[in-house]
Amino acid sequence: MPFIPHTEADIAAMLDSIGAPSLDALFDEIPADLNCAGLKGVPAGLSEMAVTRLMHARAAQDGFYSSFIGAGAYEHHIPAAVWQIVTRGEFYSAYTPYQAEASQGTLQLLYEYQTMMASLTGLDVSNASLYDGASALAEAVLMAVRANKAGVRRVLLPDTVHPRYRAVVQATVKHQGIELVSVAFDQATGLTDLAVLEALAGTPAAALVIPQPNFFGALEPVDVLTDWAHAHGMLAIAVANPLSLALLKAPGQWGSLSPSPSPGGGGELRAPLRGGVPAGVDICVGDGQPLGVPLSSGGPYFGFMTARQALVRQMPGRIVGRTVDLDGKPGFALTLQAREQHIRRSKATSNICTNQGLLVTAATIHMSLMGPEGLKNVALAAHANTRALLDKLLSLAGVERVFNVPFFHEAVIRVNTPVPDVLRALRAQGILGGHDLGRDYPELAGCILICATETKTEDDLEQYRQQLERILSRRNGREPGVPPCAYK
Amino acid sequence: MLIFEHAHPGRRAHAQAPYDAPAADDLPAELLRQNPPLLPETSELDVVRHYTRLSQKNFSIDTQFYPLGSCTMKYNPRACNSLAMLPQFLARHPLADVETGQGFLVSMYELQEMLKEVTGMAAVSMAPMAGAHGEFAGVAMIRAYHDARGDTARREIICPDAAHGTNPATASMCGYTVREIPTDRQGNVDLEALRAAVGPQTAGLMLTNPSTLGVFEQSIVEIQKIVHAAGGLSYYDGANLNAILGRVRPGDMGFDVIHMNLHKTFSTPHGGGGPGAGPVGVSERLKPFLPIPYVLEDRGFHRWAEEGDCPQSIGRLSTFGGNMGVLLRAWVYARMLGGQGMHRVAEFAALNANYLAAELKKAGFDLAFPERRASHEFIVTLKKLKDATGISAMDFAKRLLDYGFHAPTTYFPMLVPECLLIEPTETESRETLDAFVTAMVKVRDEAQLEPELVKGAPHTLPVRRLDDVKAARELDLTWKPV
Repeated sequence: MPFIPHTEADIAAMLDSIGAPSLDALFDEIPADLNCAGLKGVPAGLSEMAVTRLMHARAAQDGFYSSFIGAGAYEHHIPAAVWQIVTRGEFYSAYTPYQAEASQGTLQLLYEYQTMMASLTGLDVSNASLYDGASALAEAVLMAVRANKAGVRRVLLPDTVHPRYRAVVQATVKHQGIELVSVAFDQATGLTDLAVLEALAGTPAAALVIPQPNFFGALEPVDVLTDWAHAHGMLAIAVANPLSLALLKAPGQWGSLSPSPSPGGGGELRAPLRGGVPAGVDICVGDGQPLGVPLSSGGPYFGFMTARQALVRQMPGRIVGRTVDLDGKPGFALTLQAREQHIRRSKATSNICTNQGLLVTAATIHMSLMGPEGLKNVALAAHANTRALLDKLLSLAGVERVFNVPFFHEAVIRVNTPVPDVLRALRAQGILGGHDLGRDYPELAGCILICATETKTEDDLEQYRQQLERILSRRNGREPGVPPCAYK
Repeated sequence: MLIFEHAHPGRRAHAQAPYDAPAADDLPAELLRQNPPLLPETSELDVVRHYTRLSQKNFSIDTQFYPLGSCTMKYNPRACNSLAMLPQFLARHPLADVETGQGFLVSMYELQEMLKEVTGMAAVSMAPMAGAHGEFAGVAMIRAYHDARGDTARREIICPDAAHGTNPATASMCGYTVREIPTDRQGNVDLEALRAAVGPQTAGLMLTNPSTLGVFEQSIVEIQKIVHAAGGLSYYDGANLNAILGRVRPGDMGFDVIHMNLHKTFSTPHGGGGPGAGPVGVSERLKPFLPIPYVLEDRGFHRWAEEGDCPQSIGRLSTFGGNMGVLLRAWVYARMLGGQGMHRVAEFAALNANYLAAELKKAGFDLAFPERRASHEFIVTLKKLKDATGISAMDFAKRLLDYGFHAPTTYFPMLVPECLLIEPTETESRETLDAFVTAMVKVRDEAQLEPELVKGAPHTLPVRRLDDVKAARELDLTWKPV
């Protein structure tokens, strides 16, 4: 019996103690006509060896590809130490740290995580995670609406936010009568269209969502957008790639009213109020996947959320605080639990209970191994690789740049051949060439979102260029005219 | 000591990140970060040692018996982890074409089909990422169903008072108001109160069965019929599915929707708080509203159902479709168990729970529902001990930690005073259960003879009892450099 230790003698003795004649008798309170008598549709059990063989065969069938897809999930090197420690039984098989004295390992790690995320985003407080980036944005929208004293139930959600994030926000908040207003992007720059935004100036809203980088990899004018939100009485919600924040300005510093930062880093750098208008965003969310979490077909990842101190009681999810024990010794415990469902029930800030703790464990160890310099260098290396790839591909006939603006490690190209055909032909060569933007943006049919992280070598980039050249020339009725080595 | 306190300026884990990276001279200065984030500067060994030592401050299933009621802390088989972490599975990008992931997708499809069989429902979506997320999907489907029929006056969800907090919180997130109904003295839903509560305003009922009191709702079919007769739909909270696996199926009982906690019943790890997976199963009439994606099969080819396949879907709940790696672990577990193994899970979960209840009763502990069979868990009430000695369930639980046992769930459900909700699970041996009984007796003796010892517990853990009030009043949520 897999994972059941009982011997026949145990069973007999235990039934005897209970005073039950058989195992079946333990179910005698269940109406007999409900008994389904087993699960005939579930296949027979397999040994570990047999299931291992089967799983290895399936993994081999799927194989490996040279992937240039980003679009919200990014391939990065993960130090071996990360998952070896994460899968230690003491982290892997522990429960939610409600019994604080028996969970100091998890609790201290979460406190360290909160510190790292608050600093990375330049805000005051962090929770202990949400499901993923999209659901974190949905929670941020709900939080902004709760915090709106005038009761405005409207949020501005630009089209440059990841399409899946927008879909999840819509599915999550629609039952609470919250209106999401889209903001079109400038077709020339791929950035939130400030003229469109200005036209919404008279429409009361609880928040403006600001993606950085946006879904196209383009860098939004975050200072302008943050100030605009605040000037119109809205909260500013940043959606950020956490890796990019090792390189890019922290959301807590966005806005022209930011003071010049002082050395030392950390959440204490949050900009003060200036003339009643605060600088910096109010809430920052995103997906923590780039911080040590494997791609794994889409999950489990984790959503992060940081905010200004004033909003901490509106936050969803678990929060860890440092306190002292009976002897005055420092220790850690879950805190502000009166926000949560197990205490506040129907009045809770969210229904979330289980979060993504183990992924946060990975991210905390990952960030510790990388350090500030390492994380920045990963961001720089990934960005340099995408630039190099972009240069190579733009050298080909039939490829052009779309949105000629600064970007971070992801950019858009247009090809003169139908994108599904191009991507299929690349796939046949073992290359996943990027994300077809026409799937979510009809006006961007013909466009591919490409990303080359630090994991790609010069040879990988060159392979992509050569194969794309071959495919485009064949499709366009020409023979490849340029030998592979003649790049620039 | 915090990881930050191990740091020294200029120290690095040299093997882990590019050492010299080209400058991003194409980026405008006003968009760049000026100060480095507060991340530790440490060596690889510092980090490995620090987090290994932190891990050793945790209780876990791998190191301790964890009889935490309502949480199903059973052994997490190691093979589930190692097979879900095969490099090809880890490397696969979520937006890669389905042609590149047929080995992965067939496993997802098989799990989806097995969960259909386990619950007896017409269809399953594995999109929700945790139990509460599954609840959200379920109640959102109930709402979508009523809305699609123009039946928009139904604005109320009924929950028993013993329900998990996620039930009423979920109903609120779906824009519903919550009506609580009481539990009778046998631990069943009060049928008269239910009859009085239902009406044209009833959107549905959320019911956990076996209930959080650890007993099977004997009138389950009738409850469901009362709700249906009033035009509401019935939601089965499958948090406690471990107790009925292969025995009874919510679909056979006539329920419209159920969520499962794979991190309980299908033994995926709790991970110190997550990740979980909360698939939902539905009856025929809720099928069009299932959250996307779910797996479709066509002559051996598998792909995700998307917006175009199901226009009435409640939509997407996550960026990329769910906690795939958790689902892979559940698939491995399900395949190792097989149908017969699943049936045995419920048998032995019930055997262990009833045995432990019987032994504790013999040792003089008060069961909250002594005349009922335990399902997979049961409740001990320490009311008398509290009255006699002042030792609370909390004190008692903390002292158990000193004996190397994780505490049972305390103060939930709130209906039973000074309660310990105890769930041993099927993977524990008789000797472990006996040792737990011995520890329970010992702590009770201590409560009578040396109450201060129990009140001051734990004594042997990395910290003693923590000041929760200070934690909430003097918020210290991030470390700040001195």
